[in-house]
This record gives sequence, structure tokens and C-alpha cells, in this order.
Amino acid sequence: MAERVPTVPITIDGVEMEATAGETVLQCARRHGVDIPSLCFLEGLSPVGGCRLCVVEVAEDLRLRPACATTVTSDMEVTTQSSRLRSYRRSILELLFAEGNHVCAVCVSNGACELQDVAVRCGMDHVRYELQAPRRRVDASHPRYVFDPNRCILCTRCVRVCDEIEGAHVWDVAHRGHGAELVTDLHRPWGESTSCTWCGKCVASCPTGALSHQGSSVGEMRHTPDMIAWLVAARRREWTEREARR
Amino acid sequence: MSDTALEAGASASGSRHTVDPGRPEHPSGDDRFALVDTHLRRVHDAQDQLIETLHVAQDVFGFLSDDVLLYVARALRLPPSMVYGVATFYHLFTFEPPGEHTCTVCTGTACFVKGADDIVADVATAHGVHVGDTSADGRLTLRTARCLGSCGLAPVVVLDGVVHGHQSPSGALALLDGELGGVR
Ligand code: FES
Ligand code: FES
Repeated sequence: MAERVPTVPITIDGVEMEATAGETVLQCARRHGVDIPSLCFLEGLSPVGGCRLCVVEVAEDLRLRPACATTVTSDMEVTTQSSRLRSYRRSILELLFAEGNHVCAVCVSNGACELQDVAVRCGMDHVRYELQAPRRRVDASHPRYVFDPNRCILCTRCVRVCDEIEGAHVWDVAHRGHGAELVTDLHRPWGESTSCTWCGKCVASCPTGALSHQGSSVGEMRHTPDMIAWLVAARRREWTEREARR
Repeated sequence: MSDTALEAGASASGSRHTVDPGRPEHPSGDDRFALVDTHLRRVHDAQDQLIETLHVAQDVFGFLSDDVLLYVARALRLPPSMVYGVATFYHLFTFEPPGEHTCTVCTGTACFVKGADDIVADVATAHGVHVGDTSADGRLTLRTARCLGSCGLAPVVVLDGVVHGHQSPSGALALLDGELGGVR
């Protein structure tokens, strides 16, 4: 018999709903079809609350909370849309666009990019900040994959999936602040990495065109971030053990 | 601090320090790794001792080369990218061999307000060196740091590990002249 999962009542945008105890505001909202934009969050990986796109207002709390890293509590009242939240989200997106080179027209992920989608959904139609136009070196040394740091938003999904799911920890963030960048091993070309298992989960998880398959041209790259949650479920033996319990 | 470590490093080329039989000897045959090993043994190869270990390694070698970073990563059973990420996050770690002398100017809030930037600018022009770099003749490395915790002495200049408080551009240049024997 299935165990009963304890639930807590919460209100999101004025609608009362049952949240599963222990889940995050983002997970609860999504299960109930409420759309909260997110970028660094990926189901199956630990949340880092880094991009801040998923910020929500919680009643009687002056601070904004990242929905992806905030656990539901009983009788919590959450607001996911307000003019304040919309303007913060737009600013965050504009800063991301200003920091890298996100020229969709020449990007491998054009048309299938989470950054692009979220910008459209949040109504970001122009960038008020000065474009940094950095010149970052593309690493195409890996036989299968390409890393273009110009498109990287440092969401660290690749870092986490490689560490938490594959267990290789090829990627990490080096330096800090404005100079922060992704590195493989000791900042050597990816193709020379001795820890990379070629599994491709980092590429699958990437929300932009920063990680892609060798040989993809404009608009051809399709990431498969949803597969990560499936892998996690499989590794927890969710399917096989359910079979065994029958 | 680096002096004592370097002296110890020199004496380590004798036979007092022996490499653990259980630990693979470094292929380069560099005995200075034995000093890092001594520290690693003391902390029982604990992974949360990464930063401490990097400090020791930098004291011993003067800077953190890829070889040294990899050695530390292997010893602590940490992924190289993580060690690299931690090391590059902090200002105090350096990845290039330093010059004969190292001058660090604090540009923390207190020192900045007291004119640290002028000191940096004057030292840089007088010795033809960029911040974070070593002069072409290899004599002077110029660095900046964010607050050395001696704000009462602002502005602070550290020359070869010795702290000099209440500095001015001319004072700092004079200090350097004393240490380096005048500007070419
Ligand atoms: S998705 Fe929540 S902070 Fe990035
Ligand atoms: S600001 Fe220079 S020592 Fe604190």
C-alpha cells in the first residue's frame, strides 16, 4: 500500500492548494500548473538559488524568496506575479544578456533556448545596460562537445549534474565576480580532461547554447534537461523497487 | 612566513624528510613535496583542510603550479576543477612564480580612503609593473589585497612579508629603494 505523504495547505496567487511536505514552492507551483520562471533550477539536481529569476513574495516576509530553494511551510501565502517581481526578473535577464554574447540569430540553440524563452515570457524586449561584449575563447577540443563560454550564464547546472549524478566533477567555477568562468579540471582544454567520461549530461542540462554537440549549426542544438529527473529516479531505484513491492 | 618555509624547503633537500612509503613519490623527485606531505599527515588528509594545504604548498613552492594543485587534489581526493575553483577564488593564492621581491598594497576600504590607489599607481610607474604582475627584470611583483585587517595602520604596504603602516607614495617608493637598491 502506498504510504501517505503528509501535506500542508498553502496559498499561491490566491489559490489554496495542498503542498507535499518538504517540497519547494517552485515544485508545488509547477505541479499545480503555476508558471514561475527559473533558470538555474533543474529537477533532479540540488537547488542553488543562484539566478534569482524564481523570486516570489511571501506574506509577512519583507525579503523576496527564491522559490526553487524555499521549502513550503503550513499556511504560507505566496505571490508569484507582481509589478515588483516582474521588474526584478526583467533586470536580471537584461544583466545576463548584457554580460555575455547572447546573439540568438547565430546561436546553436536559437529557438530552443531556455534563456531566450524566459526572456520572451518575462517581456524583456531590450537591454538597458551597456553590452559587455566579452571575447571569451570557445573550447572545441572535445571530440564530441563544444563549450562556448560567451553563451554561459553560470547557472552551474553542468557543474552539479557532473558532480551529483555522474560523479565525475569535471566542471567547476573558477575566479570570482565579473571574472568568474567555468573550467574543466585545472583549466585545461576539455578534450584533454582525464576526468570527463564523455557522458554528455552537462550538455543535456545546459539551458543555453553554451554546451552543444560538435557539428551543430545555428538553431540545431536540442538540449534534453528533463532526462536528468528520470536518471535520478532510476538511480533511486524508484521503478525496480516499486515492481518488487508488488 | 614564506621565508621559514623556504628555508625548511632548502634543508629538506637533505635526508631529514622522507616521503611516506604509503604515498606515491612525486615523479619530479622534488623533495619539497615532502613538506606538503608532512602537513597532509598532520591534518589526516582531511578534505576540509584544502585551503590550509594550499597555503602550505604556496609557502613551500612560492606559487601554485598545475603540478602542485594536482598533487594537492590527489592527496585530498578532490576533483582538480574544485581545487582550481577554490584556489582562484582567493586573492592570496598566486599561479605565477613571483619576482625577487613582492610588494602588496592594501586597497581595502580604509586604505583606499587614505590614498592606497596613489601608492599603487606610483609604484607601478616607477617600477614598470602592472598590478598582479612581475616587472620584466623579475625583481618586483606588485599585488593588491582587500583589507589586511590592520585598518588602524591605513594605508598599509606589505613588502616581502613585512607590514608597513601609514604609508604614502613617496614613503613606499623609498621603502622599495631600500629593499631593491634603487630604481634602475
Ligand atoms: S531558479 Fe531559483 S534561483 Fe535560479
Ligand atoms: S583596509 Fe587596508 S587594512 Fe583594512
